[in-house]
Amino acid sequence: MPLKIDKTKCMGCGACITVCPYDAIVIEDGVARIGEYCQLCQACLSSCQEGAIMESKVDYASIPTEDLAAWSGVWVFAEQRGGKVAPVAFELLGEGRKLAAARGAGLCAVLFGAARSDAQELIKWGADKVYYCGDDIFREFTDEPNAELLSRLISMHKPEVVLAGATAIGRSFLPRVAARLKTGLTADCTSLEIEADTGNLIQTRPAYGGNIMASILSPRTRPQMATVRPKVMKAGRYEPDRQGEIIDVDAAGIRARTRVLETIKAADTGVNVNLQEADVIISGGRGLKGKEGFGMLNELAQLLNGTIGASRAAVDEGWIPYCHQVGQTGKTVCPKLYIACGISGAVQHLVGMQSSDVIVAINKNPEAPIFTAATYGIVGDLNEVIPLLVKKLRERKGAQ
Amino acid sequence: MRIAVCIKQVPDTAEVKINRETGTLVREGVPSIINPYDTHAIEAALSIKEQLGGTVCAVTMGPPQAEASLREAISLGVDEAFLVTGREFAGADTLATACALSGVIKKIGADLIICGKQAIDGDTAQVGPEVAEFLDIPHVSYVKKIIEAGAASIKVERMMDEGSDIVEASLPALITVVRELNTPRLPSLKGKMNAKKAEIKKMGAAELELPVDVVGFNGSPTQVKKIFTPGPRGGRKKLEGSLEEQIDALVNELVEKKCL
Ligand SMILES: Cc1cc2nc3c(=O)[nH]c(=O)nc-3n(C[C@H](O)[C@H](O)[C@H](O)COP(=O)(O)OP(=O)(O)OC[C@H]3O[C@@H](n4cnc5c(N)ncnc54)[C@H](O)[C@@H]3O)c2cc1C
Repeated sequence: MPLKIDKTKCMGCGACITVCPYDAIVIEDGVARIGEYCQLCQACLSSCQEGAIMESKVDYASIPTEDLAAWSGVWVFAEQRGGKVAPVAFELLGEGRKLAAARGAGLCAVLFGAARSDAQELIKWGADKVYYCGDDIFREFTDEPNAELLSRLISMHKPEVVLAGATAIGRSFLPRVAARLKTGLTADCTSLEIEADTGNLIQTRPAYGGNIMASILSPRTRPQMATVRPKVMKAGRYEPDRQGEIIDVDAAGIRARTRVLETIKAADTGVNVNLQEADVIISGGRGLKGKEGFGMLNELAQLLNGTIGASRAAVDEGWIPYCHQVGQTGKTVCPKLYIACGISGAVQHLVGMQSSDVIVAINKNPEAPIFTAATYGIVGDLNEVIPLLVKKLRERKGAQ
Repeated sequence: MRIAVCIKQVPDTAEVKINRETGTLVREGVPSIINPYDTHAIEAALSIKEQLGGTVCAVTMGPPQAEASLREAISLGVDEAFLVTGREFAGADTLATACALSGVIKKIGADLIICGKQAIDGDTAQVGPEVAEFLDIPHVSYVKKIIEAGAASIKVERMMDEGSDIVEASLPALITVVRELNTPRLPSLKGKMNAKKAEIKKMGAAELELPVDVVGFNGSPTQVKKIFTPGPRGGRKKLEGSLEEQIDALVNELVEKKCL
């Protein structure tokens, strides 16, 4: 196991036992022992005053490096929904460009479904090549055809890194690709970086409901695969004259054992609930006191071109559907602006929104934990603050 | 219909606190629970069984104390329980976990496999789809409604980023479920009695006929390089004055930060 106790240093104080989330450490004969239930989460490392807990280094020499060297280049899976390429694809191309430069390699996009002209657009966003399949089987999203064709292409062309959006689609089918290729997949990354001495991809992601961040490596297998949250990477530059190559791929022999019978657009329910891609989110909690409170937030949302979010309390009260819920059991969001109205800020809510660029908290209770996460806080009654904010924003708009 | 539910025992991360000074997790007093999404998976399995008849098995991979979550599953009405345990499984990432779980499911057989959307500690949501791939069966993620379960296929509604889809999958298949699907039941008195005396079947790599280099740490391509706690947010600003002054200041700040 890669975590070991230096018995000469361990005092048997038990500090590590209290931090281990898995009860994996026991004291035996006056010293700590890390047992078989260790999940390698390393929570114990910094708890030891004596520095007695050590990582035993992975033996990189035993890794067959020749094999790894055959893999090169960065690929981005460009997700489309209803024939429209999702913005996260452009963000991934921006990030992919940097990684490819650090590895001195090329950047390719993969597009299944949508139009050939969309493949051209991906080139303008930074792809050198686009593997494109316009087969009808990709019209609606099903997991198996996407997994099958992407796996085929990866096996054939051997990219070193494969990225996709950490969206409903990316998070659903990319694990199948990883399992088929028997390679590592890191979920929901918020930062990617090339390790200088090894060239490995350092993939950083939140875990434990956002309470900790973990940096993950896949040093033994290729490709290194990661899903990346929308909105955390910056799109590259759009160059209308950029040239590249589109490589047509056919979907011969691809099958699907699932079938989409009907798609229900959220627009049909009257509200935009794509929280993950929203630039502005106006969120309401128990402080709204009822369904009507969301009416007031709607007005603010319309002014700011925002989307409505909610805390679990508001959802559990039945004031607004679950698809609006932000937090550990709902969506994780990172908009440019998050306005929390009447939300106390339980840790489960905070982990879902604390990476937003700017957070505004409006709450009656000056002690509410939401203020610890907020960039700007206003202590006051929502029924006064929001109408006044709406009025001021209207005035500003009128003045422009 | 034979249904297998994959459940994971997890520390209740909602109760985990961070010691900001040392940057470590404070585990003391944090209970181990069945991953909350998996309780919805159990409920879904039990209600399908009530409609169509059959059996429900619960499967977990974990340390011996994970037996407690299997007993809890039995108290809710699950018929059989399997614990995959042993040193060889320690340190598994999602690939190695899926490999072990698919190994058990191959042994015990199932027409429908139900997983939670994600575990609240690892948070990856990868195990379900990976199990489906290992078993070479279709899967549907983020199921929020089971419309119809039949002998040969299942019709469900899944959540997407911009709405939802009605999807039909041929059986055997795997689904992962979200909280919206149902409200988990409470254990009955009879269930609790059953749970006490039920036999939990334990399996190691040998019983599953899996080589030890495909499970646990050895079978895991991903490795945790380091763990750290997210730093506190910088750039906090206090707004001063009357409510109106504060709101004026806020609007100005938001304009400056190009939020409007
Ligand atoms: C900080 C940290 C970060 C990690 N990051 C990654 C990563 O990026 N990639 C990676 O491959 N691994 C990662 N791991 C390892 C991963 O957490 C474990 O492999 C874990 O056993 C399964 O993954 P999960 O908790 O994410 O489960 P999920 O995939 O989120 O679980 C989904 C569902 O699968 C079922 N399930 C999951 N585990 C079990 C089980 N043991 N028994 C029965 N059913 C189960 C449940 O139904 C569950 O609801 C990480 C671990 C830590 C500690």
